[in-house]
Amino acid sequence: MAGEKNVETTGLLGWIDRRFPLTATWKAHLSEYYAPKNFNFWYFFGSLALLVLVIQIVTGIFLVMHYKPDAERAFQSVEYIMREVPWGWLIRYMHSTGASMFFVVVYLHMLRGLFYGSYRKPRELVWIFGVAIFLCLMAEAFFGYLLPWGQMSYWGAQVIVNLFSAIPFIGPELSIWIRGDYVVSDATLNRFFSFHVIAIPLVLIGLVAAHIVALHEVGSNNPDGIEIKEKKDRYGRPLDGIPFHPFYTVHDIMGVAGFLLVFAAIVFFAPEMGGYFLEYNNFIPADPLKTPPHIAPVWYFTPFYSMLRATTDEFTWVLAAGAILAAIALFLKGNLKGIWRIVVPAILVVVAILMRTIDAKFWGVVVMGGAVVILFFLPWLDFSPVKSIRYRPGWHKWLYGIFIVNFLVLGYLGTQAPNNVFNLMSQIGTVIYLAFFLLMPVWSRLGTFKPVPERVTFHAH
Amino acid sequence: MIKKLLGAFALTLACTAAVAAESGYPLERAPYRINDLTALQNGAKLFVNHCLNCHSASAMRYNKLTEIGLTDEQIRDNLLFTGEKVGDLMTIAMKPADAKKWLGTTPPDLSVIARAKSINAGPSGADYIYTYMRSFYRDASKQTGWDNLVFPNVGMPHVLWQQQGPRELTAVTVHQVQKDGQQAWERRTVTYDAQGYATVQTEPLQGHGLHASAEYRFKALNPAQAAQYDRDIADLTAFMAWMAEPTQQFRVQLGVWVMLFLGLFLLVAWRLNAAYWKHVK
Repeated sequence: MAGEKNVETTGLLGWIDRRFPLTATWKAHLSEYYAPKNFNFWYFFGSLALLVLVIQIVTGIFLVMHYKPDAERAFQSVEYIMREVPWGWLIRYMHSTGASMFFVVVYLHMLRGLFYGSYRKPRELVWIFGVAIFLCLMAEAFFGYLLPWGQMSYWGAQVIVNLFSAIPFIGPELSIWIRGDYVVSDATLNRFFSFHVIAIPLVLIGLVAAHIVALHEVGSNNPDGIEIKEKKDRYGRPLDGIPFHPFYTVHDIMGVAGFLLVFAAIVFFAPEMGGYFLEYNNFIPADPLKTPPHIAPVWYFTPFYSMLRATTDEFTWVLAAGAILAAIALFLKGNLKGIWRIVVPAILVVVAILMRTIDAKFWGVVVMGGAVVILFFLPWLDFSPVKSIRYRPGWHKWLYGIFIVNFLVLGYLGTQAPNNVFNLMSQIGTVIYLAFFLLMPVWSRLGTFKPVPERVTFHAH
Repeated sequence: MIKKLLGAFALTLACTAAVAAESGYPLERAPYRINDLTALQNGAKLFVNHCLNCHSASAMRYNKLTEIGLTDEQIRDNLLFTGEKVGDLMTIAMKPADAKKWLGTTPPDLSVIARAKSINAGPSGADYIYTYMRSFYRDASKQTGWDNLVFPNVGMPHVLWQQQGPRELTAVTVHQVQKDGQQAWERRTVTYDAQGYATVQTEPLQGHGLHASAEYRFKALNPAQAAQYDRDIADLTAFMAWMAEPTQQFRVQLGVWVMLFLGLFLLVAWRLNAAYWKHVK
């Protein structure tokens, strides 16, 4: 037919393909997208994250049919869903369990990236979209947590929004603008509802699409950290690659089955998870006149909460000292070119002085935010000649191990009430966390690296 | 006679609670009765008759009690007192502002209190309620004439005092006090009689290895009545634990089937995966 494209498919599919790149997309991203054949257990978590996103959206749609975003009615409407809406209890538990499992899956997904150097060139943009997704996820969870309007919802929101008042000059006005009121109130609930249900999910879906498109543009990394596109057969297919469909679609189904077993066990047998997935204090309706004795964020925020609490007035001396040392080291030994050799150390010195002039509360917010933002820069901090932890010196593995244990300890400390011993541990933990990244340009080059193989390590199943 | 004495003896022993320094009052395990329909029905009767006057349970519908084996007829005849319909929620007429004025504080809504009182990786809210309802003691110095070991200075009087019968409390605390400008250890024994009048005895302690502690002993003056009260509170606690999440039994039962299905699904998915991957060299 004149004016229409020539496609290989016929019938209805052919009609669509002449007007929409359906088969072309299927081929480019599934049946002829070549992924390395040596994916291991750590490679399940990306598809699982997508699954949990879908679970949250679908359960969220049903919850919003019955939830009332009004300070007088929110708590009651959640109990209405639990008791009167047919299967409402199941949808609610799936949503609350899904929220925690989202973070479990995403933390493990990021850890995979850390282990195998998945953020290295040419995948920096995949990583950047990913960290943006992580930030949006944290915001989404924070906004969503206010919605049940329980004691912990209310006071957690009060504490975190108050942090913004620590920003010099604009702080207090900013806090009022975010809250829509002088304290967390009905106005705050309504706007957080809008953010949680519409604004951030739209951004998240866009970012996830961008994340996958960016990945498919350069191809996946693999546990050996070698580029499979460097060795292709005569048809242009990577020798160590296999089509994503059907091999990884079927593989990921197995991953989904395993994940759902864990997910269902929690939903049906322990939805509260000892008070860590559904906090007990949140079964008391929000009371602006009664502050709970112990306000703690949900478990997935606790490592960062520890770092916030660790940044006391004394600790700013440590941070300022660190900035000064960094300024000296960069000036003497760093390879900054030209004017930057003076400007960067100068900025660090100014920061060190500001640390002792601006209130520590503000620097706590900076450290907490900085702990997440530093992830954006990871591709440019890692100077290791190899991508994967498999071919790094043995002692690098210990460093990664220390980082992981440290993150878990910081998480535990974040759930506990502060005391002198815990505060000191949090401060040490914060230094370890920041040093792991900020000193990476130094330590990632050191040691004897193992030779990287030509072909991926794969044993036939 | 012997039975009564043994009962009194057992009850006295059973009511000893030793508290380590700095921890809250130790909570006793609530007997597990949530699948006992008779217990739940007894608990519902106690709840509607005694608690619903000050407390509300505004997420709970009267006809949800059909799930614990009562008929609409039975609910209508026995549990509706002020013109509610069987499909109504368990709300009360007292406004929260009035409650605060009359009682000092607004009695909390009890729909989900059994979940709210649980402690992270600790005793459940049911344990809290079970211990709380059995730890009231007469204290003539308090405004309501009562106090509670689990919730000191609570605004709630011992509503079910007639059911429990009179009891005496002996509280023994070992602590340090300032004496002649020095820290000295002493043991302080306070006995509250059945009318709430306290007698205090202190004795100084010497020696090493002394640490702060507290021990509480109840003595029921009518042990049989107190034992029946304990059984009733166990039923009431079970009812409140059920009310906090009426679908919990069904949830667990369904969960077993879901796990079986998913186990089968995992098995099939695993073998399907193996079938495809055996072709990959």
